[in-house]
Amino acid sequence: MPETTLTPPAHTVPTVFTRAQLDWLPWIEPLAIEELTDRHRTALMEVARIKSPYFRLLARDPDALEARTRTDKDIFYNTDAGLPRAERELAAAATSRLNGCIYCASVHARFSATYSKRVDDVEKLLAEGVGADLGERWNAVVAASVALTSTPIAFGPEHVARLRASGLDDLAISDVIQGAAFFNWANRLMLSLGEPALEG
Amino acid sequence: MPETDTIDMLVGITPGSALDAIRARRPEARKHAEVSYRVLFAPEALAGVSAQERFALGSFVVELHGEVQTGAFYLAGLVASGASDALLAAVAAAVGEATTTGPFGSYPEGPLSAENTEGIIYSVSAELRAALGPRLTTAFEHAHMLVFHPRDAAPESLQAMLDAGWSTTDIVTLSQITAFLSFQIRVVSGLRTLAASA
Repeated sequence: MPETTLTPPAHTVPTVFTRAQLDWLPWIEPLAIEELTDRHRTALMEVARIKSPYFRLLARDPDALEARTRTDKDIFYNTDAGLPRAERELAAAATSRLNGCIYCASVHARFSATYSKRVDDVEKLLAEGVGADLGERWNAVVAASVALTSTPIAFGPEHVARLRASGLDDLAISDVIQGAAFFNWANRLMLSLGEPALEG
Repeated sequence: MPETDTIDMLVGITPGSALDAIRARRPEARKHAEVSYRVLFAPEALAGVSAQERFALGSFVVELHGEVQTGAFYLAGLVASGASDALLAAVAAAVGEATTTGPFGSYPEGPLSAENTEGIIYSVSAELRAALGPRLTTAFEHAHMLVFHPRDAAPESLQAMLDAGWSTTDIVTLSQITAFLSFQIRVVSGLRTLAASA
């Protein structure tokens, strides 16, 4: 007997990009909390993630989940110089906006707004999309993220030059590259294993 | 630490170079990008997805991006898995019939519908289905959606994979393979461009 997909409970689908907190409903069965072994729990890395259906679903391949999470945390949270956290989150939000991941965009737009205090610009990115005018430095980060997210990849020397002209050194540019690249990973999991829902 | 680093190898990063120093500033990301490659393509336990299936999917996904050098690396893995000439030919032919540009796709009905864009919804051709078999056929159709129009994802393609004999856990692994490669390809391409812009 093949397994079957899940039918999510009745919910309201978000139809715009938003900074609001969203839920996420899986299309295939996450591990139940009582099924989690020590290996699964280690792979979740944070105790709070036990409550998350998304992370309990990814925990079905615990080695892949743990390596994914350790890659993620270093790209976004490593405080050793490079791109400021707000702009790493901007790369994540812009990538999510272009790929169309309403859930991922909501999380990383919130982070970008929190760290940059530029709520209006973040809202503009969500409302208008990746062509929004956010000032030259942010425009350069968004344009680089868009070029990296396109298939085939369209990131070229002109994007590097524009980032340098905006004051980014090569470590910061590598943070843009890794931030946008990582969200091409994250968006695809979040978009394809379940769907977002408005809370409440 | 793993003895070879796939991203360094594919970019051409040599010890002591400027990019070697930059990657060393994000040591956990460097290490776990490599660990991700290893646990997805050469895991200690293959579980429900064979090495050949992992590299067939990997080769298909990378070639869809038109990344020649990275594609050659995954094709070599597929050859090393003992793939038949028929399978190698079918993967190459599938790339030929599936390649397009992205991201495109539709949004839930509402204000974002104005941003909907159309593109190729890939269905493996009848002549390739026999060589690929039902498991890889559904995996390739799902991967094509993930690569080019991920916002069109729906439970139906997951059900098609379950019906073809994949388990829920296998689907998580297959999804991780395509999603991880979407990352690895872009890091390699981006860092290569950065290195060439010195």
